[in-house]
Amino acid sequence: MDLIAILALAAALLALGVLAILLTRLRVATPIVYGGSLVLTALALPLAIHHLLFAAGADEQVWLPLGLPWLGSHFHLDSLAAFFLIVVNLGAVAASLYALGYGRHEPAPGRVLPFYPAFLAGMNLVVVADDAFTFLLAWEFMSLSSWALVMARHREEGNARAGFVYLAMASFGTLALLLAFGLLAGSTGAYAFDQIRTSKHEALLASLAFALVILGAGSKAGLVPLHAWLPLAHPAAPSHVSALMSGVMTKVAVYGFVRIVLDLLGEPLWWWGMVVLALGGISSALGVLYALMEHDLKRLLAYHTVENIGIIFIGLGLALAFRSNALDLAAALALTAALFHVLNHSLFKSLLFFGSGAVLVATGQRDMERLGGLIHRMPYTAFAFLVGSTAISALPPLNGFVSEWLTFQSILVSPQLSQWALKFFVPAMAALLALAAALAAACFVKAFGVTFLGRPRTAEAAAAQEVDRFALGAMFGLSALCLLAGIFPGVVIDAISLVTQRLVGAQMPAQLGNAWLSIIPIAASRSSYNGLIVFAFIGLAVFASTYAIHRWASRAVRRSAAWDCGFPDPSPRTQYTAGSFAQPIRKEFGTLVFLARERVTMPLPGDSSPARLEVRMRDLIWEVFYEPIWGVVGFLADQLNKLQLLSIRKYLSLVFGVLVLILLVLALWQ
Amino acid sequence: MAIIADLLVQGGQMLLVLLLAPLLTGYLRKVRARLLRRRGPPLFQPYRDLLRLIRKEVVVADGASWLFRAAPYLIFAAIWVAASLVPTFAIDLIFSWSADLIAIVALLGSARFFLALAGLDVGTSFGGIGASREMMIAPLAEPAMIMIVFTLSLLARSTQLSFVVAFMSGPDVGLRISVALSLVALIMVALAENARMPVDNPATHLELTMVHEAMVLEYSGRHLAMIEFAASLKLLLYVSLISAIFLPWGMAVAGQGIEAYVIGLAVYLAKLVLAGFMLAVFETSIAKMRVFRVSEFLGTALMLGLLGTLLLFVSRNL
Repeated sequence: MDLIAILALAAALLALGVLAILLTRLRVATPIVYGGSLVLTALALPLAIHHLLFAAGADEQVWLPLGLPWLGSHFHLDSLAAFFLIVVNLGAVAASLYALGYGRHEPAPGRVLPFYPAFLAGMNLVVVADDAFTFLLAWEFMSLSSWALVMARHREEGNARAGFVYLAMASFGTLALLLAFGLLAGSTGAYAFDQIRTSKHEALLASLAFALVILGAGSKAGLVPLHAWLPLAHPAAPSHVSALMSGVMTKVAVYGFVRIVLDLLGEPLWWWGMVVLALGGISSALGVLYALMEHDLKRLLAYHTVENIGIIFIGLGLALAFRSNALDLAAALALTAALFHVLNHSLFKSLLFFGSGAVLVATGQRDMERLGGLIHRMPYTAFAFLVGSTAISALPPLNGFVSEWLTFQSILVSPQLSQWALKFFVPAMAALLALAAALAAACFVKAFGVTFLGRPRTAEAAAAQEVDRFALGAMFGLSALCLLAGIFPGVVIDAISLVTQRLVGAQMPAQLGNAWLSIIPIAASRSSYNGLIVFAFIGLAVFASTYAIHRWASRAVRRSAAWDCGFPDPSPRTQYTAGSFAQPIRKEFGTLVFLARERVTMPLPGDSSPARLEVRMRDLIWEVFYEPIWGVVGFLADQLNKLQLLSIRKYLSLVFGVLVLILLVLALWQ
Repeated sequence: MAIIADLLVQGGQMLLVLLLAPLLTGYLRKVRARLLRRRGPPLFQPYRDLLRLIRKEVVVADGASWLFRAAPYLIFAAIWVAASLVPTFAIDLIFSWSADLIAIVALLGSARFFLALAGLDVGTSFGGIGASREMMIAPLAEPAMIMIVFTLSLLARSTQLSFVVAFMSGPDVGLRISVALSLVALIMVALAENARMPVDNPATHLELTMVHEAMVLEYSGRHLAMIEFAASLKLLLYVSLISAIFLPWGMAVAGQGIEAYVIGLAVYLAKLVLAGFMLAVFETSIAKMRVFRVSEFLGTALMLGLLGTLLLFVSRNL
């Protein structure tokens, strides 16, 4: 029943998209489309929760006579799909609520409104697809509708290029997945997931399919080095769509990876785990370093998604490694950590993108160097953004810490792995993960500190206004969820256990029965954490110290000019900027990773011209991986272009030659 | 009854760390002064400083937001909670399981996060320089600490400090390379985290090399008192942590009775005296390094920690 209802809701979303085309010239279109999306996804959310919690054993399948005539469309709803439906629809509800206010600022709503519900429907359909054809169709639908949303403001500088790179990468990813499904379906053309699951795959074939899935799902999720489109495309879209693309669509890509590799491919080989771990570790460290070098608030957030995807893939890689060693309990722990982070990241990344959208509406600026002091003008947005920053920096007692803690715990059981390569590899990845976690805190001190604290750097920042109630409601709702998931992690873990039970045949011990609601991943003698008690303790300590101070100490407060060592400078330009804040880190890590070079040109004594500081950084991944491909494709296109300008005689002889060649090949083939 | 006694012991530890933290700072200053052939301030001077500060009025800069005024309490609370979860005179206290060593490190990270934000809040260049440098040191110190935690918990098969301490005082520990590596690394991290020599000079003000002092430059009165108090709590936390793990003897186990607690307390004080003395000797015998050398110093700590973890992945006997 749940499945049919969800399919009906997806169909209603598509209908809403069509309706939006008809209504596009009317002003009521914006509230109708976003309100409709809000209602429809808010209806899908309890269905998914219900299925995960109360009907986890009872999978549902539906066959509809759509699509290819001999195949039709298969849909299913199991616990994995239900979990990701929760993630998708939770993000969609928040984004639709946010857009009720934010969407009014859209200059050309006709370019956004029809695609928005279609994008939501696409993501829902990917998760419930049960055959390769439906899966790819929904996947491509999701890609293309989000591409249209990226191109909504195609006249703004850089957006057309972002859209082009995104389209190229998305087509490439779909192609890789298409080939992967082709390999898995075999010569009989068994495209239904049930048939793929039950058929036996050779190790070589399965490994090839695995590599293709890494390319396909990894490029959509944003794994380094396939992430290049992500920091271009995510910021180009309107902010509620950025939130969906970064917070939710990358999770749909994770779903694709988990579905194919952990469910359809059968028993993993041990080195698969190693590949995934390596990609995850590199993505997490590089993603946050890129983010630290960024001054554009939305691009910073987009790069940071790369880091979080890396953390998720570290968990998935560990799960694969444990599973190939038949350590099912450890695999369940690692998979739980990864899926928990999927949920967490969808919450706080959406929240942060909403915050950046609010800043964009209020000031018209995305460049942090032109912001500052917004905490005075936009106190509520600032508070919500602070909660999101704390959560994404993995600080207790919020939710980001719990999933990273679980990942660390699963790393700590990995000496049981039997392969030496993995034994040497896992600690190195653990160090990268710890590095990324600490750098993330630095990154968000920079993002929050430069944007919201200090003094306003421009007149626009000084004149900012707080955003509307819908946007604030969405941000505060997500903030509350971040806190709840952090102090009651047992609820989430127990729900995820139902997923891991299906996928790896084991689950973490039930958490809700533990005393004081603490979480115990393996045994009480190994590790335990209690977010509730930590939260209560911090609250008590804050209360006690504030009370004691205000009871017995002086309560006098005097406002005066900043002291600043006795030499305060009235100009806000003397403040630390995003660039200067990150300079020590650029010096430490950037010289290696970005080949960053600084050149200081000092004028001669007596010369009153200003000194100059030049910084050069190179994006090595773009130079090594993308530019050569870019060059080759461009060269080939130029060469082929000549074919378009031939005379009719040459065309005729060309056609004749090709015909002869094909017949010749056919004759030899026989 | 038992639970009330347990709660009392836990509460006692929370109060104990509060009482001892300024004393440890005063003791360090005294020993350092004596080593430099100065007489030095009295042992209880930090208490007087704190009392004097909280009696004064607070001068808040014009551009400061609510975050600037809330941060001292948040920082103090996070560090206080972390410090009262580290075993001092007894292990297995009633709430010791609510946060393991990783969570304690992360709690300190929370405190640092808000301290750096407070440094940026007023919008002065000194606050910015302090925050920026603090966030340069943290991304190396924190992974180094996590690697040390990994080394210790791979040995003890637990990230819970009580179990780590029980393992280190048990018969299985023996002489191990990994323990030695993690001891050296932990001391290096502790020096950096507490802004001690050779990373930062706790005695300087108004010098361009400073990190911690630059961030709190705009604070005054009771806010400054909370931050100073939190800093001395953090120092006590690290000294307690090092002595609990590497000098684990003489600690009481919760529920053993008053005598065990008294012995544990006496041994704990003796450990603090010893560790504080060694820290003071070390600090007076070394010069402060340039700020950009800190990354090499902490990189070494990170590599030592990683090496310890790697050794234990190879064999638990190393």
